[in-house]
Amino acid sequence: MAGAYATFKHMTDYMGFEGLLSDEEKMVREAARDFVNAEVLPIIEKHAQDQTFPAHLIPMMGDLGFYGPSLPEEYGCAGLSSVAYGLLMYELERGDSGLRSFASVQGSLVMWPIYEYGSEAQKRHWLPLMAKGEKIGCFGLTEPDFGSNPGGMLTKAVKEPGGKWRINGTKMWITNGTVADVAVVWAQTEDGIRGFLVEKGTKGFSAPETHGKWSLRASVTSELILEDVIVDEEQSLLPNVKGLKGPLGCLTQARYGIAWGALGAADASYQCALDYALSRIQFDKPIASYQLQQEKLAWMVTELTKGQLLALQLGRMKDAKTYTPAQVSMAKMNNVNVSLEICRKARTILGANGILDEYPVMRHMANLESVYTYEGTHDMHTLIIGQEVTGIPAYR
Amino acid sequence: MKILVALKQVPDTETKVKVAADGKSLDPADVKWITSTYDEYALEEALRLKESKGAEVTVVSLGGDSVKDVLRNALALGADAAVLLKSDASDPLAVATALAAYAKDKGFDLIFAGNKGMGGDNASVGPMLAELLGIAQANVVVKFEVTDAGFRAEREIEGGTEVVEGALPAVITAQKGLNEPRYASLKGIMAAKKKTIEEVEATAPAGATAVIALVLPAARPEGRKLDGDAAAQAAALLNALKDEAKVF
Repeated sequence: MAGAYATFKHMTDYMGFEGLLSDEEKMVREAARDFVNAEVLPIIEKHAQDQTFPAHLIPMMGDLGFYGPSLPEEYGCAGLSSVAYGLLMYELERGDSGLRSFASVQGSLVMWPIYEYGSEAQKRHWLPLMAKGEKIGCFGLTEPDFGSNPGGMLTKAVKEPGGKWRINGTKMWITNGTVADVAVVWAQTEDGIRGFLVEKGTKGFSAPETHGKWSLRASVTSELILEDVIVDEEQSLLPNVKGLKGPLGCLTQARYGIAWGALGAADASYQCALDYALSRIQFDKPIASYQLQQEKLAWMVTELTKGQLLALQLGRMKDAKTYTPAQVSMAKMNNVNVSLEICRKARTILGANGILDEYPVMRHMANLESVYTYEGTHDMHTLIIGQEVTGIPAYR
Repeated sequence: MKILVALKQVPDTETKVKVAADGKSLDPADVKWITSTYDEYALEEALRLKESKGAEVTVVSLGGDSVKDVLRNALALGADAAVLLKSDASDPLAVATALAAYAKDKGFDLIFAGNKGMGGDNASVGPMLAELLGIAQANVVVKFEVTDAGFRAEREIEGGTEVVEGALPAVITAQKGLNEPRYASLKGIMAAKKKTIEEVEATAPAGATAVIALVLPAARPEGRKLDGDAAAQAAALLNALKDEAKVF
């Protein structure tokens, strides 16, 4: 059943969106969609129910070039446009937010800072391995007591003799943490916030998994615990950035992908609801013929379409290097918000069937509750936009 | 080794087909176009030979500009070169003749194609192409290998498998089961951007046949509810099966 309702071949395109894409952008989207239809949709409900990440997909996605695809070819990546990258996130999240989160973290939060802030040796070592999915990364910024205010972090790194650093602290809500071969850990130093690459197996470093989630159940979430972890400066310290702008730069990349990805989950739920409304008969007519359901469907497709065009314009500006983080905030805030609402409305159209795993709707809806909060909460992005237009930061 | 793969662009199987106003062609509105699935098996087999034995793979398709999508996709999957034979021919013999005119004297060791084009289902271009070129052929192939002497192919036949051997050059038409086609990788897609599609005016003769009408199947009549208690319904059903459906 899930297959029948979930493998719709084409994206929802009400406003001639596909006509705005280049040939290779279309091909990237179709390649990702084919992959998701064949490899993800048939298995994802079970993984979500069992709370397991479909780890067998990691090397497949690596072979297809899904990790860090916008980075240059010389590091083993594909050199895609930002829009093509966004379309990839859209299609992956049409499968599941957990899968898109995995790729987002690997590409935007680990490979991107290594590429942008790392030494040449760090880039040469990590990027080709991570592009293939042979090494997995995670990103440690958020702490138990510092979420929206990461600048207050307690994790500390102290310089030691012999070119070493000692790191102590705890990070929380870390996607991929337990399965990662390397963590990008942000810590306070005498010089301000710095980024460190901490490898799995380093003495004093552990990453226990967070259990009991009702959201992102097909994704690994962890804590990172660093107790007197000693790392080598040359291998570990990201030399080319100091201060909060380091991690915030990464988040801008990831938020950009989320602005696209969330729409994928919404598209899946909208198409499922439309199909259901057309085939479900009540009072001798398909429920799609009743005005209340049509109002929902019209709202859903309208918001999905507006979100697509917002993401596309942002992507074009990103490629032209004329975009701002506050614009990314608007796209992340709006697109996740409307996507969550689209999934909720879809659930009501499906009635009781909407709560079953025969349909993808409730899974997407629950996933987006996390996406609404992570990578800058909906409220924080609202305040960033407020600051942008008024010049007054209301969150301090 | 030089390999040619003939690809056909066909309407997506999910397309809700509508007949155009002329009554003999598809209404192209809302039609999404894809590579015929059997041709995907053909291309995959060529790409595997390229990887295992070393080969230059050229893909070719007949049609207008829209067909470039199919060719570009094949380049993204790993084909080395792509040729668009510009033509509006659709009759199988005209298509085969145009393909033969292109392939002749180019030294292809193998020509792969789907055993039929999805939707049209003529299953005749491959065999005609082999005949026009005067070379060996094996059709509806589910297993294929290149041997020292030529090729060995397993064919799906009614109730079993037929194993044939032949000399190269040859035309091989692919059947489902031959292989599992790959996905285009993002690097492949970016690499395809740098390759060009050669455009050639096709030399296709007038068709040997012409489509004169395209008719959709009649809509299924509405269901009928039988009235009365179980015994009455059973009797009515029995009568309907006997007198109307004439099942017995």
